[in-house]
Amino acid sequence: MLRATLKSLLARKLRLVLSGLAVVLGVMFVSGAFVLTDTLGRSFDAVFSTAYSEVDVAVSAKPKVAVSEFEGEQVAANFPASTVDKIRSVPGVATATGVISADGARVIGTNGKVVTSFGPPQLGGNWTGDDELVELRSGRGPTRDDEIAVNATVAEAAKIKVGDRVGVLTLAPKREFTLVGVFGYSGGRDSLGGVQEVMFTEPVAQQLMLGEKGVYNSVVVRSADGVAATALRDDIARALGDQYVVKTGEQLSDEASAGLKEGLAFFNNILLGFAGVALFVGIFLILNTFSIIVAQRTRELALMRAVGGSRRQIIGAVLVEAVVIGLIAALLGLGAGVGVGALLAYVFGQFGGGLELAPIGVPVAAVVSAFVVGVLVTVVAATLPALRASRIPPIAAMQDVATPDRPLTRLTVAGAAVAAVGGALLALGLSGNAGDNTLWTILGGVLVSFVGVALLTPLISKPVVALLGRIFSWSVPGKLGRLNSGRNPRRTAITAAALMVGIALVTGVTVILNSAKSSLTALAEETIQAELVISGAQTGPRLPSFDPAVLDRAAALPGVRVVAGLYGDMAMVGGERTYVTATSDVSALRGIYKATPTSGSIDRIGPRQLLVDAKTARERGVAVGSTLLVQLTRGEQQTYTVTGIYAESDLFGGFVVPVEAARDFAVPQPNLGYLQLDPGTPVDRVLPQVEALLADSPEVSVADRASFIEQQTGQFDQLLLMIQVLLALAILIAVLGIVNTLALSVLERTRELGLLRAIGLGRGATMWMVTVEAVVISVFGALLGVAVGTGLGAAVVRALRDQGITNLVLPWSQAAVFLVLAALVGGIAAVLPAIRAARLNVLGAIAHE
Amino acid sequence: MTATVARDNQVAARANDVWKVYGSGEAQVMALRGVSVEFERSRFTAIMGPSGSGKSTLMHCLAGLDSVTRGQISIGDTTVTGLGDAGLTRLRRDKVGFIFQQFNLLPTLSARENILLPLAIAGRKPDPAWFDTVIDTVGLRDRLGHRPAQLSGGQQQRVACARALVARPEVIFADEPTGNLDSRAGAEVLNFLRNSVKEHDQTIVMVTHDPAAASYADRVVFLADGQVVTELTGPTPETVLDTMKRLDVLAEADV
Ligand SMILES: Nc1ncnc2c1ncn2[C@@H]1O[C@H](COP(=O)(O)OP(=O)(O)OP(=O)(O)O)[C@@H](O)[C@H]1O
Ligand SMILES: [Mg+2]
Repeated sequence: MLRATLKSLLARKLRLVLSGLAVVLGVMFVSGAFVLTDTLGRSFDAVFSTAYSEVDVAVSAKPKVAVSEFEGEQVAANFPASTVDKIRSVPGVATATGVISADGARVIGTNGKVVTSFGPPQLGGNWTGDDELVELRSGRGPTRDDEIAVNATVAEAAKIKVGDRVGVLTLAPKREFTLVGVFGYSGGRDSLGGVQEVMFTEPVAQQLMLGEKGVYNSVVVRSADGVAATALRDDIARALGDQYVVKTGEQLSDEASAGLKEGLAFFNNILLGFAGVALFVGIFLILNTFSIIVAQRTRELALMRAVGGSRRQIIGAVLVEAVVIGLIAALLGLGAGVGVGALLAYVFGQFGGGLELAPIGVPVAAVVSAFVVGVLVTVVAATLPALRASRIPPIAAMQDVATPDRPLTRLTVAGAAVAAVGGALLALGLSGNAGDNTLWTILGGVLVSFVGVALLTPLISKPVVALLGRIFSWSVPGKLGRLNSGRNPRRTAITAAALMVGIALVTGVTVILNSAKSSLTALAEETIQAELVISGAQTGPRLPSFDPAVLDRAAALPGVRVVAGLYGDMAMVGGERTYVTATSDVSALRGIYKATPTSGSIDRIGPRQLLVDAKTARERGVAVGSTLLVQLTRGEQQTYTVTGIYAESDLFGGFVVPVEAARDFAVPQPNLGYLQLDPGTPVDRVLPQVEALLADSPEVSVADRASFIEQQTGQFDQLLLMIQVLLALAILIAVLGIVNTLALSVLERTRELGLLRAIGLGRGATMWMVTVEAVVISVFGALLGVAVGTGLGAAVVRALRDQGITNLVLPWSQAAVFLVLAALVGGIAAVLPAIRAARLNVLGAIAHE
Repeated sequence: MTATVARDNQVAARANDVWKVYGSGEAQVMALRGVSVEFERSRFTAIMGPSGSGKSTLMHCLAGLDSVTRGQISIGDTTVTGLGDAGLTRLRRDKVGFIFQQFNLLPTLSARENILLPLAIAGRKPDPAWFDTVIDTVGLRDRLGHRPAQLSGGQQQRVACARALVARPEVIFADEPTGNLDSRAGAEVLNFLRNSVKEHDQTIVMVTHDPAAASYADRVVFLADGQVVTELTGPTPETVLDTMKRLDVLAEADV
């Protein structure tokens, strides 16, 4: 029995390849994810152990505002030079060096643009001389206050060399320095994991990176010979008290590495998401392939039963075939996954600013998951066809005609039930009553709904395919193609359902994002009352900012009526971490954001006074006159009094502190600026003047209101494009499914094709017939996908109404594009099977058994 | 031995010294060895011979379904030998009709659609009067809307006959059209074929194993070992059976 199975398997290599391809892709992403994380993880370990190789113990002060990773960057508190002396006096300390090293030193390249970073920090610090770790490549360290040295990665990205005048943005607006040195790190590295470093003299670093004179934000300690780092760490911690964080270099290295690995989990999830979609669609493909195979081999299987094979043996025969396909696919997928993982690691290394990669490894987890996933998915998909095969009666061996179409009632009832469960899960998830499991409930709901719709598809396919086919019925081959596509509703349905999944996901996301974009645009257009806006595109964790002096200069321009700059940061307010804003002109808020007071006054704000929106006030239980303790990123904790409460809006809310307090923000510069012009002043006249003012703030630019809103909402378009590209994969797999179904159908109908050719159907007409079948199936799938996706998207949008997504944008144009694309894709999928059909030897086809 | 010579314009199909060799070397099979035969217009010719004698091969070659190794085939005034796929397709469309032993119909189409399929493919309008005549002769009027799966084997074969007739081809080739039918259903089909020759001047060439079936024809051509050995005009089941029995001897004598 086993040998018979394997033989028939080998005899049908094409089928094997096609049905296995989706599993190969899925497994590829799964194992690729593991390889990527493993390789990058080891690379990070290597980088950080180098970075901290010269540190036995490091000391920093506790941050004043503890910030989680998702809310922004945590800024360690500064401490005076006396702390360094204190550490130096601890027994066992050989050297203690006060170090300044803070994120936010942005170099302006020779092209006038800011050198950006997609993740690794842009550190600015004090030059403490070269050592075992830091190696000067050219020039020297900075000795005068207008000199800097940069690491090789910065020098290369900014295209600057020793002797150049270089602009640097820090806590302060742009300042120019002379580049006197370029350095690298031990082992010939240009950078430690893509980190950009700019070194100033100590006083300049203190001023520009910490915002205070005579302070440091960390101390690097080398221990005396024979003193253990851990012991020294404990001694220093004891000497300094609990306001300080004391760690060994090894600890810091591990923590830094662990932090980045956590960030990697995000990438991992994206890859696993791909894998999930690929495998889900793959299940449809395999199920269909096996169903067709079983149908084709009905007589063969019946014969096996007739000569004494048991039902179990038949199931076994089909499942063995599935296991073999699964194993082969897993093996190929694993191989491809290692390739993809290595490639992504390489790309990541390049974009991450030259991360030096550890050798590519294949972790056990990758191997195990590849085989488990590959075999499991294939076997699960083959179970249904296997059961069906086992129900073939032995008598079918003697009957000529294949078993007639079974009625769809049971399938339809099951489909309706499953779809209902999916819908219920979705409703539960979207209603927000699922608690922590919301995301999973929604995802589960989407998946289950897909399965339900797929089960219902055979029923829908009859009328819809008939209707679609009318378009092609003007020619005989077209009509034959239409009839063929309606011939086996189950087969057509599953093939189309595979396409449906991809298109439904794309459509759903499109509906959600376009609705969000439209709602936001409408909101912004209605709310923001400013003719010109200064803003920049965020590339890293920190918002782009600009010189506050620009605000005053812009206000002085003729025709400009009001200018308001906006600052923002995380702070502790009343013991809770919250986002606070400050604006250079509080009274402008009313005009620009249409903010209206509900109690107190929001036109003025004095020192240590707070404004707050009504909703937050309710939640916090504060009213005008309440006092709250406020701790900003820098400076001491102070008591603030609430003096005004305004009606909340979707665009502006939270606590507002006086602009003077923004000096103690992590970034003490505005990141948004609104300009209102005198009535009748042409925007075109003021815009270039403001542009000129921003010459030294290259992170931001000025735009009129419409372009600003477009810029802000443009992110939705980018996101949408990205998701569409990603989901194209699912559609690609579905196309493979169409190719597969058609190839098998052509094979199955060999005699029929022979007959048609014998009575005069030309090659071209034969190809057209196959193409029409493919196009009808794929357009049907696209129609389903658009319908289901629109439904899902609309449900999500509806559920997000409270979040401010009030407009539902239906994807008419996208739907049209998808349908046309589907027709195209169907045509492409038909190419090979059609050629095959046209090339059939007429005589051979007629004699075909 | 050469078949009865007729005036050129009366020949519907002709094979001229046709050789057909399958495979090469050890596995070489000479299916046809210098067959020359003509089939006259408006006549019903049967081809008989032992299994493996090359009947089907000859018919496939005549119909342009298979190429010949040597020799020439023509249908009406068209020389089939040397035609490309497009030419062969046109030939099948316009000049030739087929009836196979089984699997003659497309399962997705109704009987009427199956019958009209060759015309539809060729983009020709059916002649309604002729269509009615054909339908009435095969006696399928009340079955036209049915799918092949809903028809008996004999009915299916009659639909196949109607399909071959409706396009009025130069010649219809039938390979054991009654092979799968019982004697009554077979007789219906054969009667119908004979009538279409008698009443509508159709030309039919039929391969058969069955002497009774062959007796419906005007003429029987006997093949043995890839060669034409003899022929009968105005056959009866008895004379056909008799000739079949003597076929081995005749073949020997011929070599
Ligand atoms: N495609 C082929 N390849 C090789 N040999 C073939 C092929 N087709 C037919 N033959 C051989 O050619 C010879 C004639 O075959 P053909 O099918 O014409 O016989 P037949 O007279 O129709 O027999 P039957 O009455 O059994 O149908 C046989 O010996 C057969 O084995
Ligand atoms: Mg034969």
